[in-house]
Amino acid sequence: MKIAVLSGKGGTGKTLVSVNLACAAKSSIYIDCDVEEPNGHLFFKPTNIKEEQIKVKIPFADNALCTGCRQCVDFCKFNALAYAGGQLKVFENICHSCGGCVLVCPENALAEKERIVGMTHKGDSGNVTVYTGFLNTGEPSGIPIIKKMIGENNQKRASLTFIDCPPGSACIVMENIKDADYCILVAEPTLFGVHNLKMVYELVKLFDKPHGVILNKCQDSENPSEKFCVEQRIEIIGRIAYDYELGTLNSNAEIAVRSSEKYKTIFSSLLQNVMREARHGTTINPKR
Amino acid sequence: MKIACPVDEKTMETGVCISFGRTPYFLIYDTETKQADFVDNSAAASQGGAGIKAAQTIVDKKAEVLLTPRCGENAAEVIKAAKIRIFKTGVGSAIDNINAFLDGKLSELDEIHTGFHNHGG
Repeated sequence: MKIAVLSGKGGTGKTLVSVNLACAAKSSIYIDCDVEEPNGHLFFKPTNIKEEQIKVKIPFADNALCTGCRQCVDFCKFNALAYAGGQLKVFENICHSCGGCVLVCPENALAEKERIVGMTHKGDSGNVTVYTGFLNTGEPSGIPIIKKMIGENNQKRASLTFIDCPPGSACIVMENIKDADYCILVAEPTLFGVHNLKMVYELVKLFDKPHGVILNKCQDSENPSEKFCVEQRIEIIGRIAYDYELGTLNSNAEIAVRSSEKYKTIFSSLLQNVMREARHGTTINPKR
Repeated sequence: MKIACPVDEKTMETGVCISFGRTPYFLIYDTETKQADFVDNSAAASQGGAGIKAAQTIVDKKAEVLLTPRCGENAAEVIKAAKIRIFKTGVGSAIDNINAFLDGKLSELDEIHTGFHNHGG
């Protein structure tokens, strides 16, 4: 079972929810896909870390063989190639590593080399196997790192995996949820929170994914996100209170489930709700 | 000599387009025949790398000079590889700027920006 945790903006509680649900399970896998600023590892403090570099393939031209026919330039949808001044130019940061230019070159003038874009860490933290993706500063896309981490765990259908997504609803989030069995949308009780919830709600509907909302930072006052869920008939799978104790634990990089009996109970019951909804979702959508 | 300039419309009175990579058209002016040619910029609709593709169009049209208000670093790399010189446009229409260039009144563009890449501009 793969459960993706997403939200339309940063700071709503994706990491709080995914880290604590992963800890509340008997055994689980946690994958931090927010590769531009991964922070799940700050809570888990994993040990036995295995590091792996993530590489992408980038074309390079043998200018002695290149005749300047430009078939590769015309082929590239991302405009990563140009032919000027009698030389083929490759814009490595724009290349999406599709390999198409190498295939279309009639002169075999193009070959591929590897370029490192980041790394992954795999480590242990009690009952949780922790994966963390790190994108190198300045790199335009973390998708190769996410593909690697999710792909590595794709075969393990039996285990329970939590995917801590990057914020927003862009391509990189789509990569995170496309293989997920269930999506948890974390929302804040503000009008801005509703706007961000709508973004990810539209995304999971587009992908036809079973989903439910966790309302975070709940207070006694009116909750616009709750109102939105009721209007749209979105399942509310849990509420987390705006609580001083939880805030303190979190600021000290402690995992609430491991440090507080109260939160162990809260997240265990939340996990039960999630599992029930996720199983229900996958039963009514058997192809997933 | 051919002079290229990003323009908003396909008319001789057109203004200079503020974007190089995503301009709808290029005006290619031949100083020998005094002919003006309008070329569609196929890069305008690109998801990314528009500057590179637009620069390729200028290179393929064998322009020797580009008049533009600004230019990104990727586009500039392609343009400079083809030894095309880049001059900064001033006030007035595209034709005003071509005349200003021919009178030696435009200076070379020295600020190459790092690209806006989905962040407006």
